Amino acid sequence: MTSILIVGVGGQGTLLASRILGSVAIRAGFDVKVSEVHGMSQRGGSVETYVRFSKGKVDSPIIDYGCADIVIAFELLEAARSVRYLKKSAALIVNTQQLNPMPVIAGLAAYPEGLLEELQMKAANMTAVNALDLAIASGSAKTVNVVLIGVLAASMDIAKKDWLDTIREIAPEKMLTANLKAFEAGYCAAS
Amino acid sequence: MASLMLGNEAIAQGAFEAGVMVASAYPGTPSTEITEHLALLPVPHVEWAPNEKVALEVCIGASLAGTRSICSMKHVGLNVAADPLFTASYTGVGGGLVVCVADDQGMHSSQNEQDSRHYAEASKTLMLEPSDSAECRMFAMKAFELSEEFDTPVIIRLSTRISHSRSLVEAGRPLPPPIREFQRNPGKYVMMPAMARRRHEIVEERLKKIKSFAEEDSINTVEMHADEIGVISSGISYQYAKEALGDKASYLKLGMVYPLPDKLMKDFAASVGKCYVIEELDPFIETHCRSLGLNVSGKELFSPLGEYTSLQIRQAVLGEKAEGAESFEALPGRPPVMCAGCPHRAVFYALKQIKGLTVTGDIGCYTLAALAPLSMLDSCVCMGASIGMAHGMEKALGRKQAEKTIAVLGDSTFLHSGITGLIDIVYNKGTSAIIILDNSITGMTGHQENPSTGLTIRNEPTKQLDLKKLCEAVGIERVAVADPFDYKSFLALVRQELAAGEPSVIIAQRPCALLKKVKYKERFEVSQSCVKCGICLKIGCPAIYKAPDGKSGIDEAQCVGCGYCANLCALKAIASK
Repeated sequence: MTSILIVGVGGQGTLLASRILGSVAIRAGFDVKVSEVHGMSQRGGSVETYVRFSKGKVDSPIIDYGCADIVIAFELLEAARSVRYLKKSAALIVNTQQLNPMPVIAGLAAYPEGLLEELQMKAANMTAVNALDLAIASGSAKTVNVVLIGVLAASMDIAKKDWLDTIREIAPEKMLTANLKAFEAGYCAAS
Repeated sequence: MASLMLGNEAIAQGAFEAGVMVASAYPGTPSTEITEHLALLPVPHVEWAPNEKVALEVCIGASLAGTRSICSMKHVGLNVAADPLFTASYTGVGGGLVVCVADDQGMHSSQNEQDSRHYAEASKTLMLEPSDSAECRMFAMKAFELSEEFDTPVIIRLSTRISHSRSLVEAGRPLPPPIREFQRNPGKYVMMPAMARRRHEIVEERLKKIKSFAEEDSINTVEMHADEIGVISSGISYQYAKEALGDKASYLKLGMVYPLPDKLMKDFAASVGKCYVIEELDPFIETHCRSLGLNVSGKELFSPLGEYTSLQIRQAVLGEKAEGAESFEALPGRPPVMCAGCPHRAVFYALKQIKGLTVTGDIGCYTLAALAPLSMLDSCVCMGASIGMAHGMEKALGRKQAEKTIAVLGDSTFLHSGITGLIDIVYNKGTSAIIILDNSITGMTGHQENPSTGLTIRNEPTKQLDLKKLCEAVGIERVAVADPFDYKSFLALVRQELAAGEPSVIIAQRPCALLKKVKYKERFEVSQSCVKCGICLKIGCPAIYKAPDGKSGIDEAQCVGCGYCANLCALKAIASK
């Protein structure tokens, strides 16, 4: 059983990332469950999406605290929030981008400093990338999600072709070129 | 080939394969995608109704006419549709009638956490509960068959984690729609006392028949593994239990959660050592087990609040200790916010300038105005409640209260349940002021058309409801249409209408910034003339931040270019590039 948690901020494209991940796992012959977040919590709040796959049957679509094999965090503060999900020795992929939550914007709280260093101590197996820069270089700031999928793909035992075919199948037509570039950028950054 | 489908999509697929002819619904998280997906399939008629009661009535009509119909809603939607449901139970159906209701354990997107299973018992109908997407499809097809076989509406109970999880579904080919002829039958369909008394007898008989069916049918399954531990469960809770306990327990999985199979439950409980009932929310199955005299464990171990996890179940049943996971202390929260460019922000920022104002609120994106920094919403109860509540405050405390109370609700919410409240104000000589936030769409549930947008669910042009004329028609003589982005005149208008001494409606018109048709071309930046007054930070826009030097800054990636902050900036320090 592989349990992958995707965390980020509503609007960052975590849903597309989880769909790519779910589809690629099917392509590789796994049973899959993906749990998404819709509705109010999507509006700029913290979002958590779960992807679980296995050669046997997957029961629960949910990942419990301390049970994620891999966490992909689309934002630094959300990465910090997600460490409670990490198994010991789990892999943490972090986009170093920072998005201020409303309590910070409203002056009621400060965005914590030194998060990346602290994360490194709590999660030994961490890969940090600036996915926003890579996404912009690939042609669109909106491809942060696919950059991070590329980073993940580099560490997984699924053929690169399966990932590319899945992106071709799922990504919207007009974003396809940028998404394929973004995937490569992430893949190279990690390998 | 099997594909990954949301539970909601799988319900739609199952209904489509069962030959459904009519689908009607009001959007509500987590149920919305059922009807959205049906609209993408070649189902003859799919519609958004103004509310759940109308939607169910439409489906009852289609059923009596002899076709299969499906009506979908969130849990609180069934409160609205309860009236037709209870009597449709008496009339029975023509073609199969299926009602999907999606509960929201954990309240991801709801104002309460009610357990819809009580509705099946109270209305003496039949309720199925699938536990993954493949079952969603299968149960949807089966629901139509059972509806016709037992002459009853069938409810399918879903939950956020079933509706919004994707798992593998093998789709099949649709059946030719099984259409029955409409039979004129007043004894069955005209529920006046003499007829209804006879029908009530039939309903009680029907329930007995369904109960004995539930004892035998494969919809309820027993999985025997180790027999020291037995688990009675259904829906998503079954998946959590299975994940937690695997082969260490045996399971009675209830696909039909009402009526419950007494003998099956007794036999199962007798065949295992210790028997647990694992169900989120209320002890619905557990209470029934206890009424049968079964010695089961349930809510003394498991909470009636929120969602379960398999970890909790392992701890409660196997006595496992939780391992301390890593965590950070005191991270700032990230509550949902109004999007950059949201027109509601401007309305509430204006209201914030009026001292001592009470704002009765409603259900929609604008409920987020209750949070800092706007903090300008004083109530949120149910669809349309803002209007009636403002009127109630006036009647309780007098005219003076009306001068400092305003009701606020969205266009779609107003059409759902606000109109009758407005009629009440006019009829009972109230003087409340109301703001209808007309953003040209049903927003929170993810952009659905409604009667005031002029488009149907399938994007066909239709007659567009005129909100102004509607308000005038019920007797409101003061109806103004205004743009909330025009800060000064909007604020002046609100002050004027609060003081008017007669009922008044302001239609605050500006489309949702996420709509494709909304294209703000300008791009804004903060110049050196910023004096750090912080006014632009008070509107709670996620695209505006305080830079290290104390001046304001604009996050280009998030800013949509609406220009509202530039309107507010007295020194014009925020300007178009």
